[in-house]
Amino acid sequence: MPLQSSPHTQDRMPVSRLMQWVLLATLPGALALFVFFGWGVLINLLLCAGFALAFEALILWLRDRPIKATLLDYSALVTAVLLGLSLPPLLPWWMTILGIGFAIVFAKHLFGGLGFNPFNPAMVGYVLLLISFPAQMTAWLPPQSLAANPASLWETLHFIFTGSGPAGETIEQIRAGLDGFTMATPLDHFKTNQGLGFRTEEILDSPVYGGLAGVGWQWVNLGFLAGGLLLAFKKIISWRISLAMLIGITVMAALLWGVDTDAFASPLLHLLSGATMLGAFFIATDPITAATTRKGRWIFGLGIGALTILIRTFGGYPDAVAFAVLLFNMAVPTIDYYTRPRVYGHQKSGHKKAGHKKFGEKS
Amino acid sequence: MPPDAIRLHEFPGGVHPPEHKSESSETPIAALPLPELLSLPLTARSGPTTPLVEVGETVRKGQLIAEGKGAISVHLHAPTSGTVEGIRELPLPHPSGLTGPCLLLRADGEETWEKLPPLDWRTEARQILLDRIQDAGIAGLGGASFPSHIKLAITAPVDTLIINAAECEPYITCDDRLMRERAAEIIEGTVIAKTVLGCERVILGIEDNKPAAIDAMREAIDTAEVTVEIAVVPTKYPSGGEKQLIQILTGQEVPSGKLPVDMGIVMQNVGTLYAIKRAIVDGEPLISRVVTVTGEAIDRPGNYEVLLGTPFSHLLEETGAGTYSQLIMGGPMMGFELEDPAMPVIKATNCLLAPAPGELPRQGVELPCIRCGACANVCPASLLPQQLYWFARAGEFDKAEEHRLMDCIECGACAYVCPSDIPLVHYYRYAKSEIRTRFLDRLKADHAKERFDARNQRLERLKQERKERHKKAQEARLKQARDKGELDEKKASIEAALKRVEAKKARQQDPASPAPGADKES
Repeated sequence: MPLQSSPHTQDRMPVSRLMQWVLLATLPGALALFVFFGWGVLINLLLCAGFALAFEALILWLRDRPIKATLLDYSALVTAVLLGLSLPPLLPWWMTILGIGFAIVFAKHLFGGLGFNPFNPAMVGYVLLLISFPAQMTAWLPPQSLAANPASLWETLHFIFTGSGPAGETIEQIRAGLDGFTMATPLDHFKTNQGLGFRTEEILDSPVYGGLAGVGWQWVNLGFLAGGLLLAFKKIISWRISLAMLIGITVMAALLWGVDTDAFASPLLHLLSGATMLGAFFIATDPITAATTRKGRWIFGLGIGALTILIRTFGGYPDAVAFAVLLFNMAVPTIDYYTRPRVYGHQKSGHKKAGHKKFGEKS
Repeated sequence: MPPDAIRLHEFPGGVHPPEHKSESSETPIAALPLPELLSLPLTARSGPTTPLVEVGETVRKGQLIAEGKGAISVHLHAPTSGTVEGIRELPLPHPSGLTGPCLLLRADGEETWEKLPPLDWRTEARQILLDRIQDAGIAGLGGASFPSHIKLAITAPVDTLIINAAECEPYITCDDRLMRERAAEIIEGTVIAKTVLGCERVILGIEDNKPAAIDAMREAIDTAEVTVEIAVVPTKYPSGGEKQLIQILTGQEVPSGKLPVDMGIVMQNVGTLYAIKRAIVDGEPLISRVVTVTGEAIDRPGNYEVLLGTPFSHLLEETGAGTYSQLIMGGPMMGFELEDPAMPVIKATNCLLAPAPGELPRQGVELPCIRCGACANVCPASLLPQQLYWFARAGEFDKAEEHRLMDCIECGACAYVCPSDIPLVHYYRYAKSEIRTRFLDRLKADHAKERFDARNQRLERLKQERKERHKKAQEARLKQARDKGELDEKKASIEAALKRVEAKKARQQDPASPAPGADKES
């Protein structure tokens, strides 16, 4: 047996266990999605999970890497679940597979696999699909309580795998609300009507809103918040990133809302809509692609939050968490470089070259 | 003096590994039967020593057998009486696994002492005390083995002596036991060190998990009527690190590249202070130390007074060791694995840890770093271990240095928590040694270049000098010739020769007149 280096003891949570906790923590949010948006959520998750493992195994085989050990780190499953939870419930099956395939093969393994990817793989897959198929990717169903005829399991399967209902009905019919109009997500609805010149008060009259924010969506977000708090409490994710992102969202939304409550959505609507909580606790906190320094994590989170609101409000897409996260993934090396902590025995923080002395040099 | 009056500060990071102290801390320090053969490395951690005895020579217990010659070497004394059996190249108890010359001493069982004359530290001169500490071969017993006579001989003003009694490594209890049983002697050693240093303040830094030791020390301090501030610090690894303990007790940081003495602080381990007392008051050189022998594989774990040079195998036999998964000298956080139980106890040996299989996790498969930052959260030096790991892995040593790799104290807290089971400390040691090697290479290259330039200059100078000499000699010759009139004679002879040549040419142009010597040719 080779001699091992110190320390000879450890108290760690292995990577696989970390990933299992993340998977577990998605349950409340996932359950809310399932309750409000039906079987499609489950089918998306299963499709993503199955194909993520298949793609991961395939590329590990091609790369001549240990297959079983790597599959058991659960990282591919986490990517699959995060992407699956982001997809609209009736998305055609091949789009789902394309998304997860791109996430695993391109965003993860072409950069070197777990630990080496600069971008969050699930968000890369999501953005690829969003840019390529904007119509399908924004075609969310109304929450089941508002749907004129909620899709059954059979109908859902039919839609996902054939593109139309069992009786030849179109996706638009399924997407119709109780009032007979096609329904959008609260953020999408807000954006569209805002574009049409409606005032906030008028927009919020729509049945998609109710309670704290959007019907259904508020519960989905509260579910992810609950799971996220568990992860933060277990120190599996950096609470700084999550908190910073929520602060970023709140502050930026409050600024706009404060300027004109008639033209902009309230911070609360933003906090409990779309991918806010999923993003804050499960996406932005992906350690591999996030900033690693304490100060850097604050900057990273605040930046994502603020950018999310700016894109949601002024950009072309209703939601923006994925774009904001990817943009800040890109900024991570720079953020980390300039936010190095002050090391013991040094006057200045790391990036100030003035303090840098080579080994052996006299001061 | 109000107890615990010192305002404590906190150092960042740190971990709380299971302490495992009670296994060995509850029995008194015991003696061990004399080993038959002792092996004394002549290349100690701090530097080489020159043997002063011949093979076959009989030595007495405490006799100086090897002299420290290097700048930071310490003397070596015979731990027991016996015969020098030889000097052999043997593997040393050192993380590098290097071999070195070891003096083999066969014990005769007589234990005949050769002590130094006792000194009265109240009256003796400072230099006499320092010389004695050197003559007794005392090195820091906390683990680093730095010669105490050098540490105490500094002339810079010192205002604080810190007694390091933190003993933050899990399993190790030798300082704890020493304080419980020999507190008065430790305090006497402290007073000697304080006298030598001429400092005002003495602080005892001790972790709060040693209440019995704290009580014993407090009592000894009261009896001795010296002012020692007792600072009971919260148990957190690595509070016993020199830099960390200074930070806890003073709130100050040792500037990078400097020593505590630059801040007017000297730190001594309790075991070292005890050894200083024995050397001065009792005239005993450092020939033994207290070693914690522990781990689930040990039947009778505890602390033992062990002669230097005792093979670890002897310790294992005498404490009833069963099957162990590995042997570690030191604690589980910073100790190193021993390749061979035949290796001897040295001045730096504070603990022999023999865990049963499964007691301590073995290094598993190293997984990719997921940049979770758990390492950065526990780093007491506020480094970014994950970045250092990437740089070390990629061979980007400049960047590693820029990220302050050299300020890493190798405490192992980062690897202790790493979810990917990455042997981070191993990477840092590798990168540090590369940086040192490169620095030395650079020094060598600079030196070689200097020498080369100097040689070229010298050759050039010699060439110029030679030229100068030749020129001068020529001038001198010419001058001499001119002075003697030889020059005119020479001129005349040249002119005569020229005339002869001209005359010959003239004759050749005129065929009537035969060339002189033409008839001789025919």
